[in-house]
Amino acid sequence: MLTIENLHASVNGKKILKGVDLDVKAGEVHAIMGPNGSGKSTLSSVIAGNEVYEMTKGNILLNGEDINELDAEDRAHKGIFLSFQYPVEIPGVSVTNFIKTAINESRKAQGLDDMSASEMLKKIRQKAALLDIDTKFLSRSLNEGFSGGEKKRNEIFQMAMLEPKLSILDETDSGLDIDALKIVANGVNKLKNDQNAVVIITHYQRLLNYIAPDFVHVLHDGKIVKSGTKDLANELEAKGYDWIKQESN
Amino acid sequence: MELKEKLLDSHLAFEQQSEVNDIIQNYRSNALRIFEKKGFPTKKNEEWKFTSLVSLINKNYALFPKTDSGIEFKHVEPFFLHDIDTYKVVFIDGIYSPFLSETTHDGLDVCLLSAALNKNKYKSIIDKYFNKIASKEESLTALNTAYAREGAYIYIPKNKVSEKPVEIIHFSTGEQNAIWLQPRNLIVVEQNAQVQIIERHQSLTHHDVVTNSVTEIYAHKDSLVDYYKIQNDLDSASLIDNTYINQEQNSHVSVHTFSFGGKLVRNNLNYFHKGQNILSTLKGLTILKGKQHVDHNTLVNHSMPNCDSHQDYKGIYSEQSKGVFNGKIYVNKIAQKTNAFQQSNNILIDDKATINSKPQLEIFADDVKCSHGCTIGQLDEDTLFYLRSRGIPRKEAKALLTYAFANNILQSVQINVLKKRINSQIAEKLGVNLGFNL
Repeated sequence: MLTIENLHASVNGKKILKGVDLDVKAGEVHAIMGPNGSGKSTLSSVIAGNEVYEMTKGNILLNGEDINELDAEDRAHKGIFLSFQYPVEIPGVSVTNFIKTAINESRKAQGLDDMSASEMLKKIRQKAALLDIDTKFLSRSLNEGFSGGEKKRNEIFQMAMLEPKLSILDETDSGLDIDALKIVANGVNKLKNDQNAVVIITHYQRLLNYIAPDFVHVLHDGKIVKSGTKDLANELEAKGYDWIKQESN
Repeated sequence: MELKEKLLDSHLAFEQQSEVNDIIQNYRSNALRIFEKKGFPTKKNEEWKFTSLVSLINKNYALFPKTDSGIEFKHVEPFFLHDIDTYKVVFIDGIYSPFLSETTHDGLDVCLLSAALNKNKYKSIIDKYFNKIASKEESLTALNTAYAREGAYIYIPKNKVSEKPVEIIHFSTGEQNAIWLQPRNLIVVEQNAQVQIIERHQSLTHHDVVTNSVTEIYAHKDSLVDYYKIQNDLDSASLIDNTYINQEQNSHVSVHTFSFGGKLVRNNLNYFHKGQNILSTLKGLTILKGKQHVDHNTLVNHSMPNCDSHQDYKGIYSEQSKGVFNGKIYVNKIAQKTNAFQQSNNILIDDKATINSKPQLEIFADDVKCSHGCTIGQLDEDTLFYLRSRGIPRKEAKALLTYAFANNILQSVQINVLKKRINSQIAEKLGVNLGFNL
């Protein structure tokens, strides 16, 4: 589904990613771990098409198609979803209206008519029930005054509504207590199927206790220096990142 | 002949056309003298530092345009609020159009100033209110007073709630090349009475139109006045709006100004407090593009204790448009427990758009809460990326954020059909159709 080849990226002239290779197939969950400053968030931003980052070398392919030149919105239309570490607050736009707009813009890009109001409502109810989300929050302004947990649940709710092929969860566990973490993880597990894929970007392995990854990769200094299974995550949790740094140096 | 000379020279002919009693004639001649002395304000005047009238006054205008314009309702229907029933006072090129209007004398008066100035039954009201709070010193207000003869006259008696909003609409056809209009409105809302008013100036021609309007509003004890100014005119039309509001105890006067168009718009909005527990609300939403220029000049004169004023102006400026916000709050030394809030938030969409924002607080009381704030920003790229990552294209994302920015000004609009209308105008101005209401 997602193939990354020799990806180099920089921000303001500073090289962050220095040759990342990754292959994610449909039905798989990949975790990308790494110490602070290793380039994890840069990787997720570059995949999602954030123009702040300059891709200087390499390729990103989605289902075999080169998406290097696509804008963020076009990548979203092709099924890429990024759950933000810090979702932005947008006073004055309700969660519902935001999601409606997002869904209908995607449909427009695919040459489809707007989803009917009743269909939209049905889908919203269905997904909210699936994720155990109180529908009251849907009429609130997007992320405005939301707690950390509410913001992340809202991200997962959007993911449920948009039904992406590839979901990237950027530090979704940061700032969450254990109950909120379980709710979010539960949501991701419910949305997971053999047609889609999930990439989890995280510093700690605790989210991985709830969402079992098929593969774990360690990013260090802009490169994936080690790949393995869930056991690698446990090892990192036990030993920290220093041994990886030494090994790769 | 220069415009000033022309305005001075034409006054005699005007007076012959429009006979009034001695008191009003006196007002007119005194006002003309002030205008003669002061002339048009220039940029040397601190209050006019950012707005130049030069481009307006270097033209030859018809001061008394011809009346027969043949405008039919179908030509102007879009400019009315048609989904609800309203009273209407409609003028074409400054002349009353009975045909487009719907006035009343049934329990309240919604009619013409020209009638009120001349008829005996209105004399006591006119004597008491006409030209009482309009500035005697400001030259453009004086110019209007010198030529005051027509406009809307609204009188809401004690305890009366006007069940229908009043629309005051000035159309200009400019059948002659360029016209200079000077409408004058008088609104008196007695104790515990309520009224909603929508005022609009609309040009139907690409000829130059300049409107120098004066409105006096008297809000008595416990009254409620909810006023909306819709400024969405053509690029050939300019407006100088001078509004003077006198508030008494427990009254609430709210003025929303929606400035979406016009060549040059200057709003002089002035509040005077004559009692306690008054609330004054001033809200503005400005969305400009091209070379449009809008200048909001507000004054809230807190001369009595325990009163609140709330000013919230938002502006969105594209291309080479220019905005000015000059908000003056004056708190008299006896006006303790004043609560005055002022906020001016602006977004510059393009590099060449400009906003000049100048809060002026003069506070002489020591137990008051006064705050003011001003922001000038661009749309945040991180926020845009968030929206785009959800599949909302850049243009729509910008529009959505701009919409959201404008939203809280719309929230306080009490007339639902008007709110909807403005909502769709915002979408139109931003060049997108999002297909939802906020």
